[in-house]
Amino acid sequence: MNRFLLPAGLFGLLVALLFVGIQRSPQKGVIPSALLGKPAPVFRLPSLDGSADFDSASMRGRWHLLNVWGTWCPECRVEHEMLLEIARSDDIVIIGLNWKDEDLLAQRWLAELGDPYDAVPVDRDGQVAIEWGVYGAPETFLIDDQGIVRHRHVGAMTAEVWAREFLSRMPPRQTVPDGPVMVPAPGAPGAPVEG
Amino acid sequence: MRRLNGAVAIAMLWGLWATSAIYAPSAQAIDPIELEDPALQQRYRDLSHELRCMQCQNQSIADSPVGLAGDLRREVRELLLRGLTDDQVRDHLRARYGDFILFRPDFNARTAWLWLAPVALLLLGLGVAWRVLRRRGALVSEDDSPIEEPRR
Repeated sequence: MNRFLLPAGLFGLLVALLFVGIQRSPQKGVIPSALLGKPAPVFRLPSLDGSADFDSASMRGRWHLLNVWGTWCPECRVEHEMLLEIARSDDIVIIGLNWKDEDLLAQRWLAELGDPYDAVPVDRDGQVAIEWGVYGAPETFLIDDQGIVRHRHVGAMTAEVWAREFLSRMPPRQTVPDGPVMVPAPGAPGAPVEG
Repeated sequence: MRRLNGAVAIAMLWGLWATSAIYAPSAQAIDPIELEDPALQQRYRDLSHELRCMQCQNQSIADSPVGLAGDLRREVRELLLRGLTDDQVRDHLRARYGDFILFRPDFNARTAWLWLAPVALLLLGLGVAWRVLRRRGALVSEDDSPIEEPRR
């Protein structure tokens, strides 16, 4: 009887350890960003539309999303409709970091699917993505008005992720008289909005 | 028969060697770029073997063919050419990608369990083995004595 007590106890401990491990990683394989709570990396890149270079200094004073995307990334197409939805709500400025892509394909993508971005800096060789610790697309960072990284989501943006991981971290919305109420609607309107 | 066995054994050994040679991790196979300074090249090779490819996660950036691993190798090369020490290169990448990018993370409060768990488990196993062996040893000597006595 006594000789089974120790092995059984150890086995119980192991089960508890593994259980805690599983509980603490709800999203398997998702690695927390090393930038959380730190200032967003500084960068300057050419813009996709050929206008003046994008300077990350312009991100001060308002809350921003930095969405890392590329036309080679299937999940980016999945989340595109949701990004358009967020852009329509006007809650936040969306920067679309075009990662290791081809300008022509990216321009065609935005013309066909709609453009949710306020600016599209082009990171052709992936240098800026390394500064942000990007390891796959899509990734979406939340940056506050002081330029501090507040959150990173790896994978497609959905209405649920937007409400649970992003809106909950942002300050309550200032009441704008005619502003549309931001509801994370599952069935977003099909027609993309121009601009 | 015996000769056949020997031939089979040699064939199997050769097969093992051939597959390991084909699949052996090698920086040059994927990354043909070499730095001019041989000392720097050696440091670059060593470093790229201890940095994790974040996309594939169980390969180092030296062994991985994916685009991001190539970008990270370029980053390591540029940092080395800029004169950074190995530790500075590790810190540079850890500041961006976190502890996870290092196959051998530093010892700190967050990673202590990672380093100490194997030692604790080994000690535990040795303890159990010692107890079991001691008990068996006791049984054997008790069994032996009555058989040997009548022979003398």
